[in-house]
Amino acid sequence: MQLDLVPLWAAIIALGVFMYVLLDGFDLGVGILFPFAPDDASRDLMMASVAPIWDGNQTWLVLGGVALLAAFPLAFAIIMPAVYLPILFMLIGLIFRGVAFEFRHLSPRRQRWDRSFFIGSLVATFAQGLVLGTYVQGIPVAGRHFAGGSFEWMTPFSLLTGIGLIAGYGLLGACWLVMKTEGPLQIWARNKAKLFLFGVAAFIAMVSIWTPLLQPQIAQRWFAWPNLLLLSPVPVITLALFAWLLRSLVRDRDVAPFIAALGLFLMCYIGLGISIWPMVVPYTITLWAAASAPKSQAFMLIGTLFLLPIIVTYTGWSYWVFRGKVKAGSGYH
Amino acid sequence: MSFDAVFLSRLQFFWVVALHILLPAFTVGLASYIAVLEGLHFITRRPVYLRLSQFWLKVFAVSFGMGVVSGIVMPFQFGTNWSRFSDAAADIIGPLMAYEGLTAFFLEAGFLGVLLFGRARVPPWVHFAAAILVAAGTLFSTFWILAVNSWMQTPVGHSIIEGRFFPADWWAVIFNPSFPYRLVHTVTAFYITTALVVAGTAAYHLRAGRFREEGVTMLKQAFGLLTILVPLQVLIGDLHGLNTREHQPAKIAAMEANWQTQSRMPLLLFAWPDERAEENRFEIGIPVLGSIILTHERDGIVQGLKDWRPEFRPPVAIPFFAFRLMVGVGIVVFLLVVLSWWQWRRGRLGDTRWFLRLCELASPLGFVAVLAGWVTTEVGRQPWVVYGLLRTGEAVTPSLTAGDVLVSLAVYVVAYIAIFGAGGYFLVRLFRAGPVPKVVHEPAGTPARPLSAAAEAD
Repeated sequence: MQLDLVPLWAAIIALGVFMYVLLDGFDLGVGILFPFAPDDASRDLMMASVAPIWDGNQTWLVLGGVALLAAFPLAFAIIMPAVYLPILFMLIGLIFRGVAFEFRHLSPRRQRWDRSFFIGSLVATFAQGLVLGTYVQGIPVAGRHFAGGSFEWMTPFSLLTGIGLIAGYGLLGACWLVMKTEGPLQIWARNKAKLFLFGVAAFIAMVSIWTPLLQPQIAQRWFAWPNLLLLSPVPVITLALFAWLLRSLVRDRDVAPFIAALGLFLMCYIGLGISIWPMVVPYTITLWAAASAPKSQAFMLIGTLFLLPIIVTYTGWSYWVFRGKVKAGSGYH
Repeated sequence: MSFDAVFLSRLQFFWVVALHILLPAFTVGLASYIAVLEGLHFITRRPVYLRLSQFWLKVFAVSFGMGVVSGIVMPFQFGTNWSRFSDAAADIIGPLMAYEGLTAFFLEAGFLGVLLFGRARVPPWVHFAAAILVAAGTLFSTFWILAVNSWMQTPVGHSIIEGRFFPADWWAVIFNPSFPYRLVHTVTAFYITTALVVAGTAAYHLRAGRFREEGVTMLKQAFGLLTILVPLQVLIGDLHGLNTREHQPAKIAAMEANWQTQSRMPLLLFAWPDERAEENRFEIGIPVLGSIILTHERDGIVQGLKDWRPEFRPPVAIPFFAFRLMVGVGIVVFLLVVLSWWQWRRGRLGDTRWFLRLCELASPLGFVAVLAGWVTTEVGRQPWVVYGLLRTGEAVTPSLTAGDVLVSLAVYVVAYIAIFGAGGYFLVRLFRAGPVPKVVHEPAGTPARPLSAAAEAD
């Protein structure tokens, strides 16, 4: 009798993807806010606040992707072709974003790489939103293959989630800067956070109404009795977090807005999970149907259970090393 | 050959890997070199080691960043362009790639920030430890990704059910027959590549009469390492070749453009393989030497390409010329190392201008050899993606259209030319600026823009 590792692997991958969304979310958000900063000195500070950690943040994307390949290969083999072009946009965006950290210090034309940082972050974020939308609206499957066309991802719903994610990452980035900066830059970031918060609220509302209309089974899951009652904490806590975030911004708190923004992302993520469970390719292939061999999942699990706590520890330590408000001239250049 | 989704996807994979591999080829060795410099400084407290480490860290930050962002592309290619390969082989290769992420990428990323930005924030021994851990991360990464590649070259330790590969014995999967040879051969090549760049940079400044202490130190370190590794690489390469002949004889036949199974095979110095006529034109060879190299016997028998039906043969010309390019570079580097012994004995390692000029010219040779070797082994694996078991043409994503791939290939070509062009230009400027002292910051508290060393040197 083999222990069923599928739920555990689903949880590990869900955690990996969520860590990616939170962590790269805030540094992509910093990129989205970048060109609107008050001055060049502010931009240097914004960059310096994420420079030591962005690489680690982005590593969660690799983990999420590769763990999906390893634990649910069929899902990987169907989802990736379905979002062929959005994945391309995302990767190219991440490339232009990532090289800008170093290139802007080396180039005589700094503005060019500042623009590369901004556009790269914006494109990567939008593309991730497209992937999310395509995923939620459901992926056509025939046998073991993706059965749609090259532009399956280009729908009003996925465009909405694309723009929504820009607002979301923008909010995370602004709240990160509220936490990591001081003075005029912090005030600026706080104002931007308020702006993005209302955008995020609007998009959460639209997506929450639209998603059940996409799939009757999602509507069924949320609105059938007694689910309606059991799941009611999800929207209630989301609303409470929204109120807390707004209040902490108005009251000039440093850390609370970032925590509350993370909370908002968590609630959206939980909501998504409730909608699609137990599918891994919505709405045809379950986690169990897509799972790799128990021997593959077990082999990976031994190392993961041992290594993941160590990774979280030293990653946390590296955040601790760079704790506090970011100061000018903290780079090594 | 038609421009279908398969061919274009292969072209795209070639393009994104070929440019990506240039960075690990350099940063794996550079991370170890920086760890050594940090260690030397930690123990001896000599300022020259700190200056060198700070200089190479700047280079490392640029090249490692490029390596990270271009590396993310690869695993996604497996899903977007090679979904049938992913579906068939993920149970085997997926866990190995996951271990690469868990043991290598997080380690590199977690300690890179401290290594680059944390010198003033952590005790010296922690900073030194961070350098070691980043270097270890690059080597772990090499280990796992070459385990994947080697399994695709010499697959064992699996069972096949309905066209999908399932693990039977993980030890056998990881330590498959070609893996130990490929790992040692590749890591040695990476270290040699870095040493040649270090030597070339030192030579450039010594010739210009700058950074005397740094230059001589780098030159001695580089040629000290090359003295050990280059002769060793000849030996390892030979063993790797014997291993390939045993497990992938068709690849060896293509590398040698050997059509007929024969004993006393000549070593071809030049030939123009004609695949349609199944023969070579313009052959120039040394009798019997091919058999001696490949079998270590004068009468050793080497299989010819005609033993395989045409649809089971790899392309011939590409592995044939790429292999000769790699070996040719190896011979040139070997001669350079011999010259360095002579210069070192005379005590003029940092003074002989023509030798320094040669070192400068040789600095990109490692990259040439790595690319040529990679092309040899990957094209030589064709027509298989998993050798002997899954054909490349059957591994591609079914829903993919040629138009899709044409778009993505065009985007990758344009983007990589821009990024690698700019990155290469910045790196050359950093090399030419040399180990200039660390930038002076304004007193703490006042806003100071970090200046770049490269911009300052102009």
